[in-house]
This record gives sequence, C-alpha cells and structure tokens, in this order.
Amino acid sequence: MRILIAAGHVIDPSQAIDGVFDILIKGRKIEGIYPKGKAPKGEIDRVIDARGMYVLPGLVDMHTHLREPGFEHKETIKTGTLAAIKAGFTSVCAMPNTMPVNDSAGITEYILQKAEEEGACAVFPIGAITKGQAGEELTDMDTMRNAGCVAFSDDGFPVEKSLLMRRALEYSKACGVPLIAHSEDLSLSAGGMMNEGLLSQTLGLGGIPNTAEETAVFRDIALSELTGARLHIAHVSTEGSVRIIRAAKSRGVKVTAETCPHYFSITEEAVKGYNTNAKVNPPLRTERDVKAIKEGLRDGAIDVIATDHAPHSKGDKMKEFDLAPSGISGLETALGLSLRLVDEGVLTLTELIRKMTVNPATILSLNKGGLKPGSDADAAIIDLKKSFNVDINQFESKGKNTPFDWWLLKGAVVVTVAGGKVHRW
Amino acid sequence: MNQVLKSKDLLGIKELSAPEIKFILDTAFGFKDVLKRDIKKVPTLRGRTVINLFYEPSTRTRTSFELAAKRMSTDVVNFSVSTSSVVKGESIIDTALTVQALGADIIVIRHSSSGVPHLLSHHLRASVINAGDGTNEHPTQALLDAFTIVEKKGGVKGLRIAIVGDISHSRVAKSNIYCLKKLGAEVSLIGPPTLVPKEMEALGVKVFYGMDEGMKDVDVIMMLRIQRERQGKGFFPSTEEYFRKWGLTSERLSLAKDDAIVMHPGPMNRGIEIASEVADGPKSVILDQVTNGLAVRMAVLYLLSGAS
Repeated sequence: MRILIAAGHVIDPSQAIDGVFDILIKGRKIEGIYPKGKAPKGEIDRVIDARGMYVLPGLVDMHTHLREPGFEHKETIKTGTLAAIKAGFTSVCAMPNTMPVNDSAGITEYILQKAEEEGACAVFPIGAITKGQAGEELTDMDTMRNAGCVAFSDDGFPVEKSLLMRRALEYSKACGVPLIAHSEDLSLSAGGMMNEGLLSQTLGLGGIPNTAEETAVFRDIALSELTGARLHIAHVSTEGSVRIIRAAKSRGVKVTAETCPHYFSITEEAVKGYNTNAKVNPPLRTERDVKAIKEGLRDGAIDVIATDHAPHSKGDKMKEFDLAPSGISGLETALGLSLRLVDEGVLTLTELIRKMTVNPATILSLNKGGLKPGSDADAAIIDLKKSFNVDINQFESKGKNTPFDWWLLKGAVVVTVAGGKVHRW
Repeated sequence: MNQVLKSKDLLGIKELSAPEIKFILDTAFGFKDVLKRDIKKVPTLRGRTVINLFYEPSTRTRTSFELAAKRMSTDVVNFSVSTSSVVKGESIIDTALTVQALGADIIVIRHSSSGVPHLLSHHLRASVINAGDGTNEHPTQALLDAFTIVEKKGGVKGLRIAIVGDISHSRVAKSNIYCLKKLGAEVSLIGPPTLVPKEMEALGVKVFYGMDEGMKDVDVIMMLRIQRERQGKGFFPSTEEYFRKWGLTSERLSLAKDDAIVMHPGPMNRGIEIASEVADGPKSVILDQVTNGLAVRMAVLYLLSGAS
C-alpha cells in the first residue's frame, strides 16, 4: 500500500523542513519527502490532496493518562488513543497511576499488549519510580525499561523523600531513562484545591500557593544537578518555576520541562461557580503566571507542550468541589489551544510543532516526531483556516471534563495517519 | 417567584445586591413584631414544605431554621444525614433530588464542602438556602448580624466594625465582610497573620494583626469562634497565648467607642476568644443575635417561597 500526501505545506522541525512537499508512505513507513510533483512514479494506491493544508509529524504527547488498567470507566487504551488520533497525536505516553500501578514489567507488558490489540496509535508506558507510587521503594527500573517503559514518574504523587528521589535519579543513569518529576511539596499544598489567593479565600476553597510547586522544582533540579541525571519537570504552572528552570538550564543542568495548554490558556477565574472541570493539579494560576509560561515557551525554558490528559467520568466530577478529582480531558483541545500561541505571536508554527513533536520524542529517545524516510508513517494534516467549536459530545475520549467546552478554536485536524493507517475526520 | 429577590436561592451574600439585603432586613423587622406576640405563629406559608438537610452537626442554626419554618406554619422536616442513605454512598445530588421528590419547596443545606449549595441549585427546582458551606459563606448569619446592628445602631452605613479571629476559615466572617461592605460600613479584620490573609484587603477592608490598633473607636466588635483544632496545625501556638493577644477583655473593649456593641455567632469559647465578663456584660448583644436569627430566617423563607 502506497499513499501520497500531495502538495501540503510540510512542517517538520526534526529536519528543518518548512515548505510545500509531497510525502510518500509505503506500508507503515515514510518512504520519502519530495518537492511538489517530484515523487517517484510508480504504483500509488491513494492520493491525499493536502493543498492548502499543513502536514505535520504526528504529535507526541509525553503526558497522558489512559486509565487502563483499573479505571476503565474513565478511559481505556482504546478510547484514549482514539481521542489522540482525532486530535493529531500519534504517540502517547501513558502515566503509571493506574490500578494496579505500572510498577512492574508485567503491567508494562499488559499495557503494550492492549495497545497493540486495541490502540489506535503508538503507546509508550511510563513506569512508576516507586512501588505502588508509595514513595518508599524503587521499582525494577531496568527490567521495566526492557519491557518498554520510556521514562519513570510518580506523577500525581511527588516522591516526598529527598534521599529516595536522589537515589532514583542516580539509579536512572544506569538505565538511560529520564525521570519525570511531579514537583509538589504536599505539606505546602496542604489539601488545597485551587490557586491560593483572594479568589480561593472568597470561594472558601483551600489554596495551593505557587511555592508548593516552586520549592519542589528547586529541590528536584538541585538533585539532578547533584547526580547528573536527566530530569524532566512535568506540568509547569507558575512564574517562579519557569524562572528556576531557566536559571538551571543556563548553568547546564540536564533538565527539561513541559507545560500544558490549560496553564497558558486560562486562569483560576475558571474555577468560579465551583466548576469542577477547572479543578486540576497543579491548579490554574493567575494572569501573571500565564504570561510567564508563555515567555518560558518562547525563550525555551519550557521545551514541551504536553496534555496531562486526565479523563474522568461525569459522576466523578459532579461532586462537592473538594471531593471531585483533579484533571482535565486535554487531548482533543490541545492543538487548537496551542495554535493560539502562534496567533498571539508567542511561537512560530515551527517552534510550536517542535514542542509537540521532536522535543518530547528526543527527551524520551523515541523514534517518533519526524517525517524522515524510514520512520513510522505518523502524520497529521491540519486546516489552519478551519475553525471548530469544542463539543464534549463529539469527544472520542470518555472524559468530557474540560473547561473549554464550546470554545471556538482554529486549526481542525483533517486527516491523521497513524502507522500508515489513514483516518479522515 | 418574588419580584425583589432575583434568585430562587439564597446561596451567599456575594450573590445579593445592597437593595436585596435591605429588603430582606425590612421584611425581617415585620416578623420580629410577630415574635413579640403571645401567639408567635402566622399562617403565611401553610402547605409549604421545608427540609433541613444538614451534613454537619449543628444545633442552633438548624433549630433556628426549624422554628422559623414552624412560626410560618410550614411543614418542616429534618433530614438526618447519619441515618440516611448518605452513609450508603449516595451522591449528594441524588440525595437532594430525593428530598425534592418528597415535595420540598425549600431545602436548607449545611455542608462542610464550600460550594455545595451552588452545586445543588443547578440541579433543583426547589429553592436552596445556604445554612453554611465549608469556609465559603453563612448568609443568614450575616443577615441576622446586620439586622442586630440596625436594631441597635439605627443603621450600618458609616459604622466602624471590627471582625476578630480566624477570618480565613470562617464562613461567618466572609458573609459579614460582603454584607457590611455592601451596606456601607468600614470593616477591619483583626487576628494572627496565619488566620487573616492580607490579600483580603482587596475587598476594601483593613487588616490588623494587633487588637489595640484595630479596635480603636469601633462601633461594633464581632468575635469569631476559635477552633481548638487550629492550635495543633501551627496557626497559633496555644489558646492561652491567643487569649492574651487577641482575646476580648474589658480592658481592650474600652478602646472601642463608649456605646460599642459586642457580637458573637456562637458557640462561644469563654476564656479563649472572649472573656466571660464581656460576653455577659452590658455591651453584649449575643442573645439578641439568636432571637433576631428567627426573624431573619422567617423573612428569607417568606421571600423565597414567593408568598404574597
């Protein structure tokens, strides 16, 4: 099976391509990229007319909660990956806070097998740093890496003991994998539910100060510096974290960082009216933080835009605010929200796509996120002129929990090619 | 529905306008007269059903609502949470829908989670009255406090009012701040920095950490209950030190205006936030507050039930 994606504007930051090209796909692989009309003649089974469209490498989400095994009422590998491809993602990295936790090779293999059987795109498991994410004992990191884990994280639960975090970072060097830190000082967040400030006071909701994130970001970076291990900071939400990460990078610490679309698109104001769909951890912050996050994306302090896709069922979220779980179903709004950064002049389209493709792929050493000949045939074709209203009823994800319902976004995904398979939306 | 109150619910003072607050207080003055009669009962709301849905232990507020409802001739039922299906894991929305299906016209809700009245109001046709939600609001307490101030002082506008204690965790303080500001008072908040967030000044109030500065020449002192549990969590070192620094004694009371009044929402911790001599002294209006609570709650029930 040979497919020609014809005359689209190809943006592939991994090989500095930005122009109109033809892409030829053979089976599950990219055969080549050619100047418009210059693809070698021969048998072509299907031509996808991409004129006027942008053709991107399939997006890579390095922070996804697929919920399987254990929480299949919230999401499954099947529905989560369907949501991914509908949104232009062709690789998702599954966080380990499932039930059971992905803290052994057996669970990793189960996830990969399920993904093979039912997944619509590539799934890369992330293993837990500690057994049961309990923050006490390290998992069999190397065994799990061999089974397919691409990184380790106790996401959702910070490794509270500094010594254990140090050991985990030191040990990870022998396994050649980065650690992804959920940096939070739980004693400072103290059961808080939203950003700390006047609004948390007037809503009567416990506050989480920026410092709860920043002291932990600082600790984790200091430990990375001490150990020389590769560290990636998950879901950066505050101005101070951006500043700390920027300073660390400038003195050569091996740290990378991600933020999520909700941290640069909305503020704590979204919580008003006790909207549990705006309850997320770390919490939505203020205008000042949003501005700093954008600046961090612009100057490279933040390398990656990840979704932290955290689907929950309606029943889970339709609760007392303090009892409702944290999280936003993020896959299906991620690209549209991120493209606003291009309109605002924060990032060029190429820089944006870099943070959603080659950067996460490089951090995790995935052979993904680019359209080089021989690589997996993963691509997204988007129509930047086409706007759409976010509609949770159209979500492929089981999680309809988003504060962006009915937002008008630009940049509809028209076609996704995942492993050579074409999906037209 | 009543023409003067815009909402079918009383969720908080935040959601009310100054004219709405004044209208509730005016209505309450009418009911206060009823309470002075030999037969303290009017047939106004005969046939209506009020259900008290209390998820937190409460004697005074629940009893006050119950009595207020009975004085208006409604059928009032206390839905006891410990014996209900809540302990079987029913969601709060399902519980509230059940209560509504039983025929409740008005549901009075008290809950430890902020925002629960708001959550229920989205799902119910019945009126929802917030009888205290988490650390958010306790609107009827603020209304009865304003009523008491009007009764004793002739009005609220221009008065200097100090609220003393754990502002951060107090729904009574929050509702009072909104209410008193809307009615034109000058409000100061006094307490330890761990319990009085400085950012509250954005609401147009002044924050003081010392009693002596904050109490000077005030017309009204509202003391808040200090919860002993806060002591173990580092908010203040001991109740003894708290009383020495922020307790209301006769000596401190002398900093206020001569005709100042002392208020407390109850239940009081004598010797922790307030000295007995003050609580029982001539300036105390603490028991008037309790009586006025009935009149205010009758007014709220009356106005939300849309009776004419």
